Amino acid sequence: MNYEVVIGLEIHLELQTISKLFCGCSTAFDREPNTNCCPVCLGLPGSLPVFNKRAIELAVIAALALNSEVQRGSRFDRKNYFYPDLPKAYQVSQYDRPLARGGYLEFEADSGVRRVGLERVHLEEEAGKLQHAGNSIYQAEYSLVDYNRAGIPLLEIVTAPQIHSGREARAFLENLRLTMLYAGVSDCKMEEGSLRCDANISLRPPGSDRFGTKAEVKNMNSFRSVEMALDYEVGRQAKLLDAGSIVVQETCHWDEVNKRTISLRDKEESSDYRYFPEPDLMPLQLNNSFIEKLAEKMPELPRQRLQRLLEQYGLDKETAVLLTANPGLSNLFEETAGIYGRYKDLANWIQGDLLYQLREQGKEPVEINPNQLAELLKLLDEGVINRPVAKELLSEMVQRGLSPKKLVEDRGLTMISGPQKLVPLVEQVIADNPEAVESYQKGKKKVIGFLLGKVMDLTGGRADPGEINRILKDKLKD
Amino acid sequence: MELFEYSAYELSKMLQRKKTSSEELVRSYLKRIELINPRVNAYITATPALALDTAQSVDNKRIRGEELHPLAGIPVAVKDNISTAGIKTTCASRILEHYIPPYDATVVKALNRAGMPVLGKTNLDEFAMGSSTENSAFFPTRNPWDLEKVPGGSSGGSAAAVASGMAPLALGSDTGGSIRQPAALCGVTGLRPTYGRVSRYGLVAFASSLDQVGTLALSARDTALLLNLVAGPDPHDSTSLPDRDRDYIDNLTAGVENLRVGVIKQNVADSFDREVTAAVLKAASLLESNGARVEKVSLPMIDYGLSAYYLIAPSEASSNLGRYDGVRYGYFAPGKDISEMFCRTRGEGFGPEVKRRIMIGTYALSAGYYDAYYLQAMKVRTMIRREYEEVFKRYDILIGAASPTPAFKLGEKTGDPLQMYLSDVCNITDSLAGVPSLAIPGGFHSSGLPMGLQLTAAPQSERLLLQVACFFEQHPETKPRRPELDFIESPPEEGGM
Repeated sequence: MNYEVVIGLEIHLELQTISKLFCGCSTAFDREPNTNCCPVCLGLPGSLPVFNKRAIELAVIAALALNSEVQRGSRFDRKNYFYPDLPKAYQVSQYDRPLARGGYLEFEADSGVRRVGLERVHLEEEAGKLQHAGNSIYQAEYSLVDYNRAGIPLLEIVTAPQIHSGREARAFLENLRLTMLYAGVSDCKMEEGSLRCDANISLRPPGSDRFGTKAEVKNMNSFRSVEMALDYEVGRQAKLLDAGSIVVQETCHWDEVNKRTISLRDKEESSDYRYFPEPDLMPLQLNNSFIEKLAEKMPELPRQRLQRLLEQYGLDKETAVLLTANPGLSNLFEETAGIYGRYKDLANWIQGDLLYQLREQGKEPVEINPNQLAELLKLLDEGVINRPVAKELLSEMVQRGLSPKKLVEDRGLTMISGPQKLVPLVEQVIADNPEAVESYQKGKKKVIGFLLGKVMDLTGGRADPGEINRILKDKLKD
Repeated sequence: MELFEYSAYELSKMLQRKKTSSEELVRSYLKRIELINPRVNAYITATPALALDTAQSVDNKRIRGEELHPLAGIPVAVKDNISTAGIKTTCASRILEHYIPPYDATVVKALNRAGMPVLGKTNLDEFAMGSSTENSAFFPTRNPWDLEKVPGGSSGGSAAAVASGMAPLALGSDTGGSIRQPAALCGVTGLRPTYGRVSRYGLVAFASSLDQVGTLALSARDTALLLNLVAGPDPHDSTSLPDRDRDYIDNLTAGVENLRVGVIKQNVADSFDREVTAAVLKAASLLESNGARVEKVSLPMIDYGLSAYYLIAPSEASSNLGRYDGVRYGYFAPGKDISEMFCRTRGEGFGPEVKRRIMIGTYALSAGYYDAYYLQAMKVRTMIRREYEEVFKRYDILIGAASPTPAFKLGEKTGDPLQMYLSDVCNITDSLAGVPSLAIPGGFHSSGLPMGLQLTAAPQSERLLLQVACFFEQHPETKPRRPELDFIESPPEEGGM
């Protein structure tokens, strides 16, 4: 049977503050375990939390970027549960008065522009990290805990149940990531866990206005696994419903190895969190000017940049989408476009050879000097160098940051052009290769490529192959 | 007169005039502790070496002519639920029996900065939950006025130490009366400041919205001295009040003329000891005869205070005490899995009263009960606050009993938690309202035990409270007195004279 798929996502983002939400400890990733800790983030008896203003600013910026309505008054609550990674046995979070309500994210989808609504955006603290000597905490011989992560500011974003496929969930997430990257609130690295996603998914007959029983899927560690896990769940639930069975409300883990979801039916489940207002913090009061100042300083967001790349530079949509998806690359494009006016050529170079070189050499777009890039393209335009030389120089420019102009001068890479220089070389190649010339003249036109290569060798690769081609054809007619 | 018999203020003067040294002072108190503590059990941990170190360092600074805080060199005792770096902070609980914190509470930092030698950490009801100090996991503290009686609680150790000359000053904490009730039972001056006036950073949380660090001392002046040191904003405590108050000493002697005084009907109740209510009324007429305008005033919400308190405080406690799970510090009992480890650690580590409150609080916050219990209690709390706001438009000071009875016998109420809870009935509403509240000596019962008066004022009116307290100290019937410690078999032979 055909079903309508209903998916809601719950996303957690680590905010990129220098220090934690309630203390001065560093948020740096990959430090020795339990070194970024203090009495506050370890929850030692008597310690108290104090807000990190920057975390609140970033949370507000994120909410604004998601068109969510920032609340003038919000409140922090304690979510109580026992777990060894939770130093106070409660997480400071927000329950019934979140930082921001509503909102939406718009993005390009297969069907055109899609808008997915949001329920809420709120701020909370991150827990520590457990490492089990075994499968789970219940089966492990022992478990180790690292509190470096405990207390890092975490943003929770909850979508409305408005996503209808795994593919769409993935597209939403990728665009959410991009928006948060542009807004500068999080580095959104799923592999480091600074962006995490849980999903609620249910099926219902098309047109039904009641939701089916949902399952919650956790442990999806990449955009790809979000799509795969949700597709798998759609199949699993559809099979159950087709067979006349029911879907049980439960939480499952995505098993990345076996590509399936596994039900978690044990005591890690079903908690009554006993939320109540956190008495150690005052309710959060944000005045209009605080919010307005942040709104004024809001960086350009992906949809605005896409629009501008299309309109201001006349790029085609595919190129503009590609550049937008890589903020570093589009920044480089714009900086270079300020000094180099052939936008389409520039875009082609950036999304083609430059992107290739960056990946090959493991470099970031921000390491490229826009002046050098413009210089290189101008040398090419002016006919000082040819395309193959330009590619070679690009590689050196990316690798060592050397000026293309200087490289050309130092190495004598200037193009050899003009009949005066090229005709003698062509004639020499014709004289040296009588067999090839003969087969060309008998109609084997492809041989011209071989001859052209010989001439190029003589120039040290510094001639324009088109020009040689013309001269060759001309001479071979004789 | 021996050194321990002087007030902190007098000792401060003596130090400044170099009539004595801090080391001499500390040695005198240490000797006193050695003599008396085995019977009174006020201290859980004594820190003589540390106290002497601090004393010597202050003495050296004084010799060099460095500028010193007025309390520099004056010893002090600290309730054992206040975090002291490198010194055990047990909360009188098995679960923290061997816990040595790596950091100082903000108030302890203040003591250290001022150069006050810390004599030790005083006994309390486990996690400050109790009214007799009998809930200490280690031993009960006894009342120096009568060793068969309790000193009150939960700051019973601090109150008994100050009353018996084992410390001139002490820090305590007050959640629902834990400074004022023991102060009353031991005949000393105990201040619960306005909520937020003194930093809570480092005070081990029992009920965060009610906990407040305060002082126990022999007089209003001594209280003011210590309050001057520990009060003020703290960037580590989001709930601390932002601005600094004025000096608490400069209007101590301003008297009571034209003060508008309300005698709280509910705190001179028929169910109270008759001599206690008589003492309150007598104190009120003393105010009146000295120019104050005195009226009886009814605060009907007081009747709901105890019920609201015993939902809010346990609710917060159930959350605050979740962290004692054996994972990071404190008592640990192994188990076959994580759940068993948690259960055994907490089951063996906490005493019965703490468990009772965790269970009450967990229940009150549970889904389906939250609205009926926690939320309802919070609404009552709001109504109490409003009632106080209204009453302080008409009165400068409220007066009542600080405890319905003088000190009771050890064991008398341990079998009946509700009776024990009722011994804080005079103190609890002030806590819920967040207003400053002061227990002062209010004369003596026919049994020879001290009785306490409780003065309450609007938020941040500690100066006014101390001013009225100072007035009472000038009158023979309400003058602070020391117990005669007839249990000391052989008083020490002192040389000289």
